[in-house]
Amino acid sequence: MRLPNRPDQRVGPSLRAILAVSALLAGLLPAQVHAEFGLNLHAPATGLAQNIYDLHTLILWICCAIFVVVFVPMFFALIRHRKSKGHPAAKFHDNLAVEVVWTIIPVLILLGMAWPATSLVLSMKDTGKEDLTIKVTGHQWKWEYEYLGDDIRFMSNSSTPKEQIDGAQPKGENYLLEVDRPLVVPAGKKIRLVMTASDVIHAWWIPAFGVKQDAVPGFIRDTWFRADTPGTYRGQCAELCGVGHGFMPVVVEVVPEARFTAWKEEQKALLAAATANAGKTYELAELKALGEKVYTANCAACHQANGAGIPGAFPALSGSAIVSGDRAGHIDIVLAGKPGTTMAAFGKQLSDLDLAAVITYERNSWDNKVGDVVQPSDIAARRK
Amino acid sequence: MNTATDVADHHEHEHGAPSGIMRWLTSTNHKDIGTLYLWFSLFMFFFAGALAMLIRAELFQPGLQLFQPGVFNQLTTMHGLIMIFGAIMPSLVGFANWQIPLMIGASDMAFPRLNNWSFWLLPAAGVLLIATFFVPGGALAGGWTMYPPLFMQGGIAYDMSILAVHILGISSIMGAINIITTILNMRAPGMTMMKMPLFVWTWLITAFLLVAVMPVLACAITMLLTDRNFGTHFFDAAAGGDAVMFQHIFWFFGHPEVYIMILPAFGIVSTIIPAFARKPLFGYVSMVYAVASIAFLSFIVWAHHMFTTGMPVGGQLFFMYTTMLIAIPTGVKVFNWVATLWRGSITFETPMLFAIAFVFLFAIGGFSGMVLALVPVDIQLQDTYYVVAHFHYVLFSGSAMAIMGGVYYWLPKWTGHMYDERLGKVHFWLTAVAFNITFFPMHFLGLAGMPRRIPDYALQFAEFNMISSLGGFLLGASQLLFLYIVIKCARGGLPAGNRPWDGADTLEWTQTSPPPYHSFVTPPLVK
Ligand code: HEM
Ligand SMILES: [Cu+2]
Ligand SMILES: [Cu+2]
Repeated sequence: MRLPNRPDQRVGPSLRAILAVSALLAGLLPAQVHAEFGLNLHAPATGLAQNIYDLHTLILWICCAIFVVVFVPMFFALIRHRKSKGHPAAKFHDNLAVEVVWTIIPVLILLGMAWPATSLVLSMKDTGKEDLTIKVTGHQWKWEYEYLGDDIRFMSNSSTPKEQIDGAQPKGENYLLEVDRPLVVPAGKKIRLVMTASDVIHAWWIPAFGVKQDAVPGFIRDTWFRADTPGTYRGQCAELCGVGHGFMPVVVEVVPEARFTAWKEEQKALLAAATANAGKTYELAELKALGEKVYTANCAACHQANGAGIPGAFPALSGSAIVSGDRAGHIDIVLAGKPGTTMAAFGKQLSDLDLAAVITYERNSWDNKVGDVVQPSDIAARRK
Repeated sequence: MNTATDVADHHEHEHGAPSGIMRWLTSTNHKDIGTLYLWFSLFMFFFAGALAMLIRAELFQPGLQLFQPGVFNQLTTMHGLIMIFGAIMPSLVGFANWQIPLMIGASDMAFPRLNNWSFWLLPAAGVLLIATFFVPGGALAGGWTMYPPLFMQGGIAYDMSILAVHILGISSIMGAINIITTILNMRAPGMTMMKMPLFVWTWLITAFLLVAVMPVLACAITMLLTDRNFGTHFFDAAAGGDAVMFQHIFWFFGHPEVYIMILPAFGIVSTIIPAFARKPLFGYVSMVYAVASIAFLSFIVWAHHMFTTGMPVGGQLFFMYTTMLIAIPTGVKVFNWVATLWRGSITFETPMLFAIAFVFLFAIGGFSGMVLALVPVDIQLQDTYYVVAHFHYVLFSGSAMAIMGGVYYWLPKWTGHMYDERLGKVHFWLTAVAFNITFFPMHFLGLAGMPRRIPDYALQFAEFNMISSLGGFLLGASQLLFLYIVIKCARGGLPAGNRPWDGADTLEWTQTSPPPYHSFVTPPLVK
């Protein structure tokens, strides 16, 4: 019962047209939104996702069949056995044979469903013989990817501009499903993901891969996929993880093996360049410009773009005593976070340069006019 | 017994009940307390419903329009929490209070004062929950499931909500003990267990579930409380705790909880269908066994809510199989309802319309439950709108619509007046149609990959969300009609007579409408 792997497994044009017309009749379909009406699971991009797709199709048809068998008689009775039609009520209220039959038949149907489901569970759990292992760490609200054995590690942040979310700009095609740095993996290889989280539970999910795995602090869980077709695959965090939960996309780029090797070299070169720059001192304007980007990606979800925070929930940075006070205090709270709150220990997540930039930015934005510059070396010094 | 004077007494509150506010505050009468429960739950239904309207307004279009994500999360969390603990559960206890004594021929509940206390705890908890919206940091925002470590990040509202849920739990346990004792000890002579109306059976089993699992919930939230305030680390990985353990404890409560909300609804529907098919319930004995086996199975399926946490393969398979098993007794119930309709002499008064819609729509929820039971498919669908569709089909078109049907069915008995049949039907059709417009598209959204609990979504989900929001507004507005019909009926209307439904044969219909303040002072004899 394997379906051909069609690129688009959505509904036929007629059903889509009916749906579109009904939405248009509501008169409220905004012109910018293209009618999609996805009715089924994503087009599978891995063997597992294909098997899940098929299993879902199978059970859907079984359910439809049972539905017909049960409700055709019910509607028949509702139409024909009415008092208004003069139908007299029968007296029967028991029939052992019938009841045994309709207990046994479902058991058989269930066995028929359990069989394919079981073998699929077994293969989904089979994470051995991997070609590449990547450690995925969920943070509020970004993903960190670490290529084990390759010394490549980076953060993946949502790259949808705030203006699009607030409606100040038209929304882009991949609204809320785009990141600054996607996970890059080679096509046709078995990729094993080991998953954890630093703060709260998140869930890493790419529908087209049939992979969804909770990332739980204190646990390492693993899962796997093998995607044969190069391309960009998109998903989202699937476990409520606080105010940024809706803004935590997962994007995977599957590339041919040769491209993947080249990409790895690039990453290593970038890393080397960053290390070489470690002792460098920066200008205020330079750091502020970089700091604003870091702030938007990491801090604005809580403290807000204007630094005003959300009263009662997240403190304001504009005019804050810590931010406009002693540098050491400011650096420490950003490095170590505040346990028991949403304030994460960014020391583990960001580079010295990013930290210096964002701290400089905070000290010289909104109502804060401290005027000083925090250098990457200052951060390194306080890291102890 | 002279019924005419009984009715007069009831209306003037001269005998048996103090008048004015003290009647309600100090009442130990099962009918008054039942009424209190029902009004309380109706109020909470509208409060939580209003939160749902705000949710659907924000989701009407992509982008953030009305609420910041933090507020949005409060809306979804409190909507779920209040609907479950404030609306559905108390209303079912309201039915139990009114109906169980009347249906088993008892004069009142076994512990009338405990009964008063069980009810009056509720408003306290309700006020606490609503007040959390106004404290610094706002209300609970981590989902009604309260998963740590996210739960650790909240403000004072989180501790207040724990207190509120504790109070609700105490109320439920006391109510359940009362119900069990009443059913086991106070049945009229001749009413053996296997002669009890099915509604009474479903409540008996539900009450045992409540006594078994509410303390488990209490443990879970107490551990949250001490983790938050007293330096314990049950769920804190950094200190050797285990966040997944919370989920196990929570769902050990949580899955039986969903059956607590549906079994009495089964009972209501099993009462209405025979009455309007004018034919006895088909397979009474198997219905009783089905309810009992659902209750038993509900204790061993909990981890089907946790398939993506990454449990060992043996665990996944075990919980998949047990979950699939639940479909069997559930199926038996649906088959029995259809067989009860078969060759009946059917009429379609409002309660019957709700009961039939229940059978049909609940079955859809059962099917989506089957789909979710299969681990591989669940891994795609867990925490998506598909799950939201599933549980609204079982909880709204299941529990809530059965409750509405039950209200129409027994309102004539409770008030002594007929409700407005024409308006009742309008209410039914509006509700049924709007419900499906709202929730059916959510299946598609979930399949296409829209996670639940998000304040904003990608563009491919826009159309269905807009349809769903429009349906939601209609669904919300239609319930105002329900309120109007109930109030109108309480204030007057055609006299109902003892037994307005010619197919109804349980004991309450032998009493006047409304029944005397103290009914069955001498127990009836059941043959
Ligand atoms: C045939 C019967 C049923 C089966 C097989 C079934 C199965 C499931 C499964 C597997 C899930 C987990 C989905 C996920 O989170 O990935 C689920 C969720 C849920 N079910 Fe059912 N279910 C059934 C009936 C019911 C009934 C009768 C109710 C309530 C009256 C109910 C209420 C819920 C709720 C509230 C959730 C979601 C809880 C949450 O995550 O917030 N289910 N069901
Ligand atoms: Cu999340
Ligand atoms: Cu469950």
